[in-house]
Amino acid sequence: MSKPLIGVILGAVLGAIDGLTAWFTPAVRNELFGIVIGSTIKGIIAGIAIGFFARKFHSLPIGILFGVIVGAILAWLVAFMQGGYYFEIILPGTLVGLIVGFATQKYGTPATAN
Amino acid sequence: MKWLSDDKLNHLRSVVSDPDFSATKYTFVKELGRGGMGVVCLAEDRELDRLVAIKVLNTPEDFGDRMIREAQIIARLEHPGIVPIHDVGKLPDGRIFYAMKYVRGNRLDEYAAQGASLRDRLRKFQAVCDAVAFAHAHGVIHRDLKPQNIMIGSFGEVLVLDWGVAKIRDDPRSSAFHQTMEGTVIGTQRYMSPEQARGEIDQLDERSDIYALGAVLYFLLNDLKVSKAAQAISAKATATTKESRYTTASELSADIGRLLDAEPVSAYRENAFERTSRWVGKNRFLVLLVLAYLLMRIFLIFTSRS
Repeated sequence: MSKPLIGVILGAVLGAIDGLTAWFTPAVRNELFGIVIGSTIKGIIAGIAIGFFARKFHSLPIGILFGVIVGAILAWLVAFMQGGYYFEIILPGTLVGLIVGFATQKYGTPATAN
Repeated sequence: MKWLSDDKLNHLRSVVSDPDFSATKYTFVKELGRGGMGVVCLAEDRELDRLVAIKVLNTPEDFGDRMIREAQIIARLEHPGIVPIHDVGKLPDGRIFYAMKYVRGNRLDEYAAQGASLRDRLRKFQAVCDAVAFAHAHGVIHRDLKPQNIMIGSFGEVLVLDWGVAKIRDDPRSSAFHQTMEGTVIGTQRYMSPEQARGEIDQLDERSDIYALGAVLYFLLNDLKVSKAAQAISAKATATTKESRYTTASELSADIGRLLDAEPVSAYRENAFERTSRWVGKNRFLVLLVLAYLLMRIFLIFTSRS
């Protein structure tokens, strides 16, 4: 399995879990479907970016750092568009980026030289 | 009357029994060990100015030429895991000798007794399998594999020693030699395959060595807490019938490699729980990260509710 694909799958799964936990916030419960879709897409975008980065650069610390930065930026954008819940969105989003950054560096077949 | 002390008597006995290297380029230094087939000495090669180990065989005169020929075959086994033979010849008293590389280090049983970890033992064992597989690929069967015939050098290198009772497969001269020994038990009992213990010389093939390798693995794992997969590998290698064992030493080495990489091994069929446990053990950091993420989500849910 390639590194971008690992990033996509892990990002989507964790993004979906992220979105589903919005059910525990009654104020946004009726928007749950949109939140889950948006969160999953956010996870996929983060996974693609982090996965392709891992394909190019083979360094666990740098890969994790890149994942944290991408996860944090995307999460911040989502929180900004929501107009609130910055802590509740950015913290898990950053952690998702960290996990995807770690997994894409550790697993997956690297790109073969032409 | 003067009586000789025990020390002086023992010294005289050793001097008399020490091999006479006067007609060779070697100088006797000291005896390293003694076994049923002969004595191993440390000697100095005066021409190359290096230390060598010399094994002097206690063979009857009529086996001497055959042993030299087999030494020639084994000398062609150029592999980092096989102790190279430098020289072969006859002493003035007619005894055959091999000169081989002097390995500074510990025997495998001594190495294990020093408390080597499971991973280190398995890596060393895998190196032994690779050396034996190389010999098998060149038609040579060791027939006396045991921890005492495996050395761990001072840099961690693994060397298989004592090819003195090796059999060369498909060599008509070797077959004739071994036919005269049919019914004779060759090897060390604890590491001997059932067919070897019965003296069925003609029935011995690579799988007899694999039995011995399995017994060596059992020895290495015996004082440790090991997984069912590791036990299964040892059990498969030491199966009573040849057909139930690994076919080649390379197969055995590959399974050890899979065990070291926390991959499923061919000798053991895992159930779903064991497969999951192995996967979690192999990827424990990722699992911990995901668990930390889920705990953090739960924490945020509770804090947002309050």
